[in-house]
Amino acid sequence: MSSVALDRVSKQYGATTVIDGLSLAIDAGEFVVFLGPSGCGKSTLLRMIAGLESVDGGEVRIGERRVDHLPPGERGVAMVFQNYALYPHMSVRENMAFGLKNARIPADEIDRRIAAAAESLEIAPLLDRKSTQLSGGQQQRVAIARAIVKEPELFLLDEPLSNLDAALRMRTRLEIAQLHQRLGTTMIFVTHDQVEAMTLADRIVVLKGGQIEQVGTPMDIYLTPRTEFVATFVGSPKINLLPVTVSATDGVARAQLANGTEIDTAVPAEGLPAGMMTLGLRPECVRPAPLDSAALHAKVQVVERLGERTLLHVALDDGTLLVAEDAGLSSIRTGDRIGLRIAPERAHLFDADGIGHQPARRG
Amino acid sequence: MADAFSEPTAPIPVALPRKRRGDWTNALFVLPYLIVFVAMIAVPLGWGMWLSTTKSDLFGTEGFVGLANFTRLLGDPIFLETVWNTFYFVLLTVPALAVIGLALALVLNREARWAAVLRTIFFASTVLSVTVVTLVWRLVFLPDSGLLSVVTRALGGTPVAFLNSETLAMPAIAITTIWWCIGLPMVLFLAALQQVPRSLYEAAALDHASRWRTLTRITLPAIRRTFALVLIIEVILQFQLFGQPQLMTLGGPNNATRPIVLFIYETGWRQWELGYASAAAQMLFAMILIAAMAQYWLSSRKEAR
Repeated sequence: MSSVALDRVSKQYGATTVIDGLSLAIDAGEFVVFLGPSGCGKSTLLRMIAGLESVDGGEVRIGERRVDHLPPGERGVAMVFQNYALYPHMSVRENMAFGLKNARIPADEIDRRIAAAAESLEIAPLLDRKSTQLSGGQQQRVAIARAIVKEPELFLLDEPLSNLDAALRMRTRLEIAQLHQRLGTTMIFVTHDQVEAMTLADRIVVLKGGQIEQVGTPMDIYLTPRTEFVATFVGSPKINLLPVTVSATDGVARAQLANGTEIDTAVPAEGLPAGMMTLGLRPECVRPAPLDSAALHAKVQVVERLGERTLLHVALDDGTLLVAEDAGLSSIRTGDRIGLRIAPERAHLFDADGIGHQPARRG
Repeated sequence: MADAFSEPTAPIPVALPRKRRGDWTNALFVLPYLIVFVAMIAVPLGWGMWLSTTKSDLFGTEGFVGLANFTRLLGDPIFLETVWNTFYFVLLTVPALAVIGLALALVLNREARWAAVLRTIFFASTVLSVTVVTLVWRLVFLPDSGLLSVVTRALGGTPVAFLNSETLAMPAIAITTIWWCIGLPMVLFLAALQQVPRSLYEAAALDHASRWRTLTRITLPAIRRTFALVLIIEVILQFQLFGQPQLMTLGGPNNATRPIVLFIYETGWRQWELGYASAAAQMLFAMILIAAMAQYWLSSRKEAR
């Protein structure tokens, strides 16, 4: 396993800059997820590390080696493609052996590696089948097995779960996590699915417009989003964003909603711009409360029962829409009028530039 | 709601016969083509088969002769030579068209402007008529003032009379034909190459595959159906060689470039032996059919494995 270092790498397609002077250090053995919406440059960045896209500026290092001038086959990386890219006319065994034969690895060693990978991914009975005769899930396993047998320094996975159905996606996600624990190899995983990112990553790199928005552990990203974009992109359902007027009270920010309700946040007032800001509230910080004791009143528009919790899509009296969360066995129904209680200690504030101001950490 | 449903269910028995009548009326859509097919292909084919079993000339049929025309053909040294000439020509052109077509497609399968220009140039020869093509190449092969003679002389060599040589005339016609026909295989291969997913090449690059390994293990297996298609199309086309020898050598020298179709043409329209010519045409039909079927069988068997 190797570390990966990107030093001010950039990529242009004609006049369009796709990756703009991006720097990132990934530790050996780390599982890093590149997360971002379509077109943010996450796949391009992965392909630049793989050598499938040229690097227009900066350096890419894998371990101690500078690799950005090397062809893909000499970088010591293995990649799992979104559409698997299995060679359709070859058997599963031939697919796995192809790269090893090209690297002139002895036949008995190739057999040993294929047998070990096939056993660990439970594809031994499929070894002599053509890759076109496999189901999507089986093809996915073969694609991973083909990467494993190369015993690479670095695994690159480009949205490998996006072609699977929901049940298989969850199972494979777990298997990839176990695979990483077992192999300990450095892995970079690209996805636009924040659930995959949160569940798999040691660290998440959130990308937007070819630049890094934030790098951090999943809980760092969730609890202390550096920007409004990160706060919106990570978390399901989305964070509630409300325009507020901010004033300082006892060293912390007091946010006043449009209807006059005041929320004493835990965000330090020092350094905050005065005036209008955006208040960010995760749905789990907005809970139903008895009407008479609640400062906020709302009408329930849609109730989503997810089993372990219930999501309430509500409209405040001034028309502002919010998502609140209740227990799984909630008795609230569509059309009910309810009160809302806000947990102010986890409220975020975002300034006009979208920069986040986080609540002070406790304990 | 029940009323709303009961109303449309009532006329169902009436609707069924209408549907059945629709089954054969649908066939009317293919009728125009069917008429042309029967009139222009099926009837002449049957007529030709019948003619091949008769002694006929342009004025009529003298009588049924069974397989006599066929046994006569098998003993006719000129016909047998035309069969050999045709096979020789197919052997010279079809593999070359497939290999050169593929090579051009591989080189020109890129987005560069020069590749687009060259694709157009290579395909341009295909749209020329056989008259123009043979005229151009006669100017190349002319023994005294032809392009090849001029070049050979400039290099200090002795010019060769390609079209007057029994051994070189057929290769010269083959070169002309390859130049003329290379556009179609090239375009078919280009279309096939563009269907190969880019990710396969990327996976091969990550698998450290050399260019040769990528060609032989990724590209060629991916376009094998097109390869078979090109071979079948070209076998069928080149077995029907006619215009080039007719215009360049008149089948000579000493019958060295006389193909089956020229034999059929001369027997039928110069010697007026329509029955005999039809028998030769049936033999050619059988050869093309067997060759095409063999190609198809071989390629589908390889695929099944």
